Amino acid sequence: MRFLLASLALLIASPVLAQNEDLGTAPPVGGEVETVPTPGDGDEDGGLSVNVSFEGSLDDLQLAIPAFAAERDVATAANAQGTAALGAELARVITADLQNNGLFAPTGPDALPKPNYPQITDPVWNMWRMRGAEMLVQGYVRPRADGKLVVGCYLYDVALNDELARSGWVVPPSDWRRAAHKCADLVYSRLTGESPFFDSRIAYIAETGPKDNRTKRLAIMDSDGANHRFITTGRATALTPRYSPDYRKLMYLSYVDGNPRIYIYDIGTGRQTLVTESSNPTFAPRWSPDGRWVLYSMAVNGNTDIYRVSANGGPSERLTDAPGIDVGGSYSPDGTRIVFESDRSGAQQIYMMNADGSNQRRITFFGGRAATPEWSPRGDQIAFTYIPGDFNIATMSPDGKNFRKLTDGWQDEAPTWAPNGRILQFFRTERNTGRTAIYQVDLTGENLRRLPTPVDASDPAWGPILP
Amino acid sequence: MNSRIAAAIVLSATVSLAACKSPAPEQLPPEPGVSQPTTGGNTGGPGVGTQEHFVRAVNGQNVIYFDTDRYNIDTADAAALQTQAQYMSQYPNITVTIEGHADERGTREYNLALGERRANAAKNYLVSLGIAANRIRTVSYGEERPVATASTPEAWAKNRRAVTVVVN
Repeated sequence: MRFLLASLALLIASPVLAQNEDLGTAPPVGGEVETVPTPGDGDEDGGLSVNVSFEGSLDDLQLAIPAFAAERDVATAANAQGTAALGAELARVITADLQNNGLFAPTGPDALPKPNYPQITDPVWNMWRMRGAEMLVQGYVRPRADGKLVVGCYLYDVALNDELARSGWVVPPSDWRRAAHKCADLVYSRLTGESPFFDSRIAYIAETGPKDNRTKRLAIMDSDGANHRFITTGRATALTPRYSPDYRKLMYLSYVDGNPRIYIYDIGTGRQTLVTESSNPTFAPRWSPDGRWVLYSMAVNGNTDIYRVSANGGPSERLTDAPGIDVGGSYSPDGTRIVFESDRSGAQQIYMMNADGSNQRRITFFGGRAATPEWSPRGDQIAFTYIPGDFNIATMSPDGKNFRKLTDGWQDEAPTWAPNGRILQFFRTERNTGRTAIYQVDLTGENLRRLPTPVDASDPAWGPILP
Repeated sequence: MNSRIAAAIVLSATVSLAACKSPAPEQLPPEPGVSQPTTGGNTGGPGVGTQEHFVRAVNGQNVIYFDTDRYNIDTADAAALQTQAQYMSQYPNITVTIEGHADERGTREYNLALGERRANAAKNYLVSLGIAANRIRTVSYGEERPVATASTPEAWAKNRRAVTVVVN
């Protein structure tokens, strides 16, 4: 009887409920991280005016990251061991951030002496110099009366006895890792001159099962793989997610009603809606940089074109009308242009158009096919899947010049940019087994590495710096 | 308790009625048995309205195949679709779903669009043979449901296909 009632509940479920059937427990909505004044503020603030003493390669830099100090070891909701242990953990996360991206070879807290609280703003210069440290990252953690954590982060040039940068943040205990990423971003930005990227998240598709019966689930994680969560249960195939610029929504393709359709999943409510009320299949969802517009591709009688709709719903506007497959699309950072893929010439190539669909023109003429263009957040590059035979990741300028191939896999596809436009992620498929993994590579083609994920992984979509 | 049992009986009747009438499956259709015609036992074979009956009647020609990045209906495809159209004419209550598929050597989103093209090419051919368009649903699975799992030209050829599946 229970079974019957359950069956009935499924049968009479409204379409709205039916489309939520593949959804698991909603993840928490992250709050904003508040930047606070740090002890020592009011001095010259250590901006770009201060010279850095080292020269040469960053991975030769002797960068020491000792445990963050706790004024007193007190309990916190962030862990079970108290703030002293959390201070070491913060330094470990910062060390891993800077190390795993291949940019630095830092020495982490487990091999270093532990500074006490007053020493955070007054480093023991001689001791660090004698240990061979050239740069020093120190910090502290203390709980506020409301339970939130205050984390301070300082970057020192040991050779010059000088402070290069500092900042402080207030985070809910559950978001303590974000403070570590913010500190890694501060160090990275100060030492490279590039924009930050560690404090960001990645949406992707988690894959399990044999090649001819693959389970594909929507999943999210922090940029370092922590805080991993599955959004869908795997009952229906999920593909091609995209975080909204404010991280409040995820767009992705699901077969939950038997047809490929784009859904907009609201992270706050854990519910989802169709991107457009149409019986036609929709795929390849994309946000505009300001989050106000959505691009999707829709097949009508077998012919696929790109459409634009307000993120709040309303009528859709068709942007392409070529008889070929027009698919995907990626906005320029200023939102005025869209780079997209079309086979109107006979094979997949990359085209440019204005945001209203006007002035469509082909920009790739390399030989071979070119697909899945993604405009860099910096605006200066377009990454794409280059298909001379095998599938590689490549970049070019928005005018189609300065072609550069970055990877040599058998099947590397679907690049996505780090928030600072210096690193690309993509997924690599293994020949025969069909196993997939997310990789990342620098814009220079250096530092190729595989991202650790709990199961196989594809379709990465890197979001912007967290608000 | 009595009223609960009564409710259960009513519900069970509703469930079975709904199950009979519902034209669209709630779940994704199962993996289609492709070109192998089912050899029925000695019980008289599968009934009309089943995939087995259809596959046997069209002699395994419920699947058509395409060249790389193409969706045109060649002569072999046309012959298969004519056989399918004959079956659909003979059993006018039967509706079908045509699944469009692509091989793994394409980008994922393009392959979804390509699968749409292939499914619609097959549908349009059936319509040109007089089958009502509203009896044919299409769905693209892109490269998501390969039948041959090797990474070889032979396997890819088997995966570039449009599969006609009977909807009960």
